[in-house]
Amino acid sequence: MSYQLVTEITILVLAAFVGFEVISKVPTLLHTPLMSGTNAIHGIVIVGAIVVMGTPHPGLFMRLVSFVAVILGTANVVGGFVVTDRMLEMFKKRPDDA
Amino acid sequence: MSPTTANLLYLVTIAAFILALRFLSSPRHARFGVQIGAVGMLWAVIVTLFLKGVDTGWWWMAAGVVIGSVIGVVGAKKVKMTAMPQMVALFNGVGGGAAALVSLVEFHSVWANVGDVGVERGIATVFSALVGSISFAGSLVAFGKLQELVSGRPITYPAQQVGNALLFVGAIALAVVAMGSVEFWLLAAAIGAAALFGIVFVLPIGGADMPVVISLLNAFTGLAAAATGFVLHSNVLIVSGMLVGASGTLLTTLMARAMNRSLANVLFGAFGKVVATPGAAAAGGDGAAVRSATADDVAVMLAFARRVVFVPGYGLAVAQAQHDVRNLAELLEERGVDVRYAIHPVAGRMPGHMNVLLAEANVPYDELFEMDTINPEFPQTDVVVVVGANDVVNPAARNQPGSPIYGMPILDVDKAQNVVVVKRSMSPGFAGIDNPLFYDPKTVMLFDDAKAAMEKLIAAVKAV
Repeated sequence: MSYQLVTEITILVLAAFVGFEVISKVPTLLHTPLMSGTNAIHGIVIVGAIVVMGTPHPGLFMRLVSFVAVILGTANVVGGFVVTDRMLEMFKKRPDDA
Repeated sequence: MSPTTANLLYLVTIAAFILALRFLSSPRHARFGVQIGAVGMLWAVIVTLFLKGVDTGWWWMAAGVVIGSVIGVVGAKKVKMTAMPQMVALFNGVGGGAAALVSLVEFHSVWANVGDVGVERGIATVFSALVGSISFAGSLVAFGKLQELVSGRPITYPAQQVGNALLFVGAIALAVVAMGSVEFWLLAAAIGAAALFGIVFVLPIGGADMPVVISLLNAFTGLAAAATGFVLHSNVLIVSGMLVGASGTLLTTLMARAMNRSLANVLFGAFGKVVATPGAAAAGGDGAAVRSATADDVAVMLAFARRVVFVPGYGLAVAQAQHDVRNLAELLEERGVDVRYAIHPVAGRMPGHMNVLLAEANVPYDELFEMDTINPEFPQTDVVVVVGANDVVNPAARNQPGSPIYGMPILDVDKAQNVVVVKRSMSPGFAGIDNPLFYDPKTVMLFDDAKAAMEKLIAAVKAV
């Protein structure tokens, strides 16, 4: 097993703990925004899509596949953040808390 | 820029995402948090554009980003709040699809440039390709079910579980074989098989179980993204993917627990399939009658109540009655009635579905009460109005050990002084189970569409 892999697994495990810790504090009230917000976050695959799109490919086919990946990744990121923001905008407290 | 520098700069993104989730702990700062997350994402994209090795295909990228953004913005702006579960499913699916495609292309270029994938990267590639693909296809089916393009009822056929298992194993075998070969189409075929598995995996799951399925697919896409991080050696992908994986797993467990069913039962139980439930007829007691009421009768009850609790369910979303419920509630509040909303964890089609709908209707979130908070208060409640909910208020879950939903935590509305159930007909709820609440002497039924009923009640309360 390579040293790099061990480091990466360490990062993965620590991220899992951070994730559980942070997310267990999210109230049920916000579970839908949580879901769509994390949806937007996994749109980080856009980074992967850009990397593979930017690597020279001999054939057109792989370019097309990368192209579709960029489209899907961007739709994921943009759609995810816009929809989450739209939802959270609606959550309001009583105007006068008398 | 070297990968090392990039990984260093990606730390900004990682911190932004963790802060974004941290800010979600209160509705007050949640929106700010999500904006931080969006900036972090933008930062990651910019850093990647300067990464060494990313040196071609700029026009393709630009075109892809423009098309993807248009799809994303239009989809996100146009969608009605009632259609939010299917939108979340859709955005989740495209992320999974992107992960699968990225690993396919990377697999191809590693073979072309390095000559061998190796075991470590091979495992990550297989995982990301298959799980991403399952999530993509599964999410599309979930979308179809929620949008009612596909029947929301479980779709079952003989030897389903065995067939699905074979398909799953076949996809893995194909992908593993693909790793040892330069032929990328083998991996493409494995991705196709995984997509097929994703479809047949979600088809037998009923619409009422969608909160669990959507959470699970959310976790899947996160883990697929994390695996892509192992393929590309990108820390930001590993961390972000795992954060989502953790969130999805946590929500899946919460939802399954709120139904008092195991995850396996939800996924493979084909719950909600129409079966003749023995004892369903007896549930209402022998010849127990259902009392039907008019809007005027109910309006009088509401207008002179001290405390009224609304219990929204999926029927409210379908009828898009959230604004009317809120108007009725305001009218009652003006008359001095104490109005609250009781939210069951699995009401609707995704975690927190009802909260979003009521927030859209400008209901202040401090009027929304969770099950454990509101349950002790039902005995002091004069009238409970159940709008489009059924199984989550079914007392059979408490007192009929034979019932399929026995043991599921419910809202104890039957302990209130009076119960009004707004429902289109006597048809059973999604779980296909009769509801003894309807035959309770304290209960009156208001047979109407949720929206129409609310409008009539508003008119009637004004006339009181």
